[in-house]
Amino acid sequence: MPLDHSHLTPLLEVNALSHRFAQARPDQWAVQDAALRLYPGEVVAIVGESGSGKSTLLNCLAGRITPTQGEVHYRAANGEQLDVHHMPQRQRRVLARTEWGFVEQHAADGLRMGVSAGANIGERLMGQGLRHYGDVRQNALDWMQRVELDTGRIDDSPRGFSGGMRQRLQIARNLVTRPRLVLMDEPTSGLDVSVQARLLDLIRLLVARMHVSVLIVTHDLGVARLLAHRTLVMRHGRIVEHGLTDRVLDDPQHAYTQLLVASVVTP
Amino acid sequence: MTMTTNLTNQAHPALVLDVQDVHKHFTLHLRDSRMLPVLQRVSLQVRAGECVALVGASGQGKSTLMKCLYGSYGVGGGRMLVHTPDGTLDMAAATPHQVLSLRRRDMAYVSQFLRAVPRVPAIDVVAERLLQADPRLSDVGATASDADWAEAAQAARARAAVLFTRLNLPSALWELPPATFSGGEQQRVNIARGFIQPARLLLLDEPTASLDARNRRVVIELIEEAKAAGTAVVGIFHDEEVRDAVASRCIPMPTIGHDSQCSTAPATLQAALQTETLTP
Repeated sequence: MPLDHSHLTPLLEVNALSHRFAQARPDQWAVQDAALRLYPGEVVAIVGESGSGKSTLLNCLAGRITPTQGEVHYRAANGEQLDVHHMPQRQRRVLARTEWGFVEQHAADGLRMGVSAGANIGERLMGQGLRHYGDVRQNALDWMQRVELDTGRIDDSPRGFSGGMRQRLQIARNLVTRPRLVLMDEPTSGLDVSVQARLLDLIRLLVARMHVSVLIVTHDLGVARLLAHRTLVMRHGRIVEHGLTDRVLDDPQHAYTQLLVASVVTP
Repeated sequence: MTMTTNLTNQAHPALVLDVQDVHKHFTLHLRDSRMLPVLQRVSLQVRAGECVALVGASGQGKSTLMKCLYGSYGVGGGRMLVHTPDGTLDMAAATPHQVLSLRRRDMAYVSQFLRAVPRVPAIDVVAERLLQADPRLSDVGATASDADWAEAAQAARARAAVLFTRLNLPSALWELPPATFSGGEQQRVNIARGFIQPARLLLLDEPTASLDARNRRVVIELIEEAKAAGTAVVGIFHDEEVRDAVASRCIPMPTIGHDSQCSTAPATLQAALQTETLTP
């Protein structure tokens, strides 16, 4: 029946994932026993303060860090179940520029700062075999409009862009190939409030229209409230609470979530 | 979950909401895990076309019950069955996906305050509700093109405009984000959003609190139209004129003898927690 979504297959499935950095003490786990499922078209926020392990978890999901324990399974567009940490590196790189996207906190880490804005957007398209220069450029222009960048600056280097513009360019660069899964690491932190609002609104609209699944790491409960269907709360490497976003924020059960919610000036 | 057949006829309108023995307490971990009971053994049934008004002094848990019904609050026990043509969902035990799915089409909630999304024009705040409910656009696996979206958005905005006109919202405001609107203007945006998509179950928390007489009458009409269309309504109306006009029945809160020892329900859990000094 339509109310029952249990028949849906998760896009991403994580079981008993733990990670300890090589230089850490034996009992010092960055992520401990994390489990989560991400379903198609769903936005899930991971909230928690600095050092809670949320970015480490995200990097484990992206295949950038190999977790000490546990597995990450991704269901590819062709239906194949892939073990993210046990597939050939080449295959993971192909996924990373086709079906996946990753939006870095610092746009400079996610962009090629030495090439033009248009080339930044076109890169993934060309990686997928689009060779016709005019088509690539037209796509880049379309995407600059979608993310509200001045198309007149298509040939400019992102070095001359403001923080907010760079972040919008990074989003365009990621979404141009219509990925199925986008991971975002604090995409709005460090931006002015008005710039944040614009970016959040943009992410919200694009995600709804493209039915892309998103995992977004943020310390800002307002970002979770605005974007996420579900929210996970992390503390000391553990997921201490998870559920419907408004339930987690309005009726938090765990002592730490209550502290987080009570510490926000304007939720 | 079980499938049910909803037979809608005049004599026995279908049961839409069946709340059985619901209780709810807050545990304030920041205050020595103090337990704050807010709902005790609440039961109520609402049928299609009926409007049930929750009545009682502030702090008796009326808004809390609404938030439990909508899923924003969890409950400690009991059942909250919502019957829809597609089947029955127990909101007390529903998964996040089931709650969201019910909210998209079958359940609407008009709260006292609009949680404004930055930058989104008022008319889109309302039109968006229709777009989210549209299976061609928003169901998993939907493959609507940009042109489909544009067409649907245009139609949704036209319907939002009709509601705004009825609610006397000046057209100069339609394209502005509602964050800067007055309380009454924001409330009308909220009402339009709650009514634009016909719902099976409509939850109204003081929908007319900051409206003038003319607009209160419009809201009464909207509620009557929803009832006539078979919507089950649960409402909190402090305005007696509105309540007398729309309520089929009144349910006193608390529904059974309230423990006089127990403190009144806070407006929100956050309010209960905020009395604590801010901790970094």
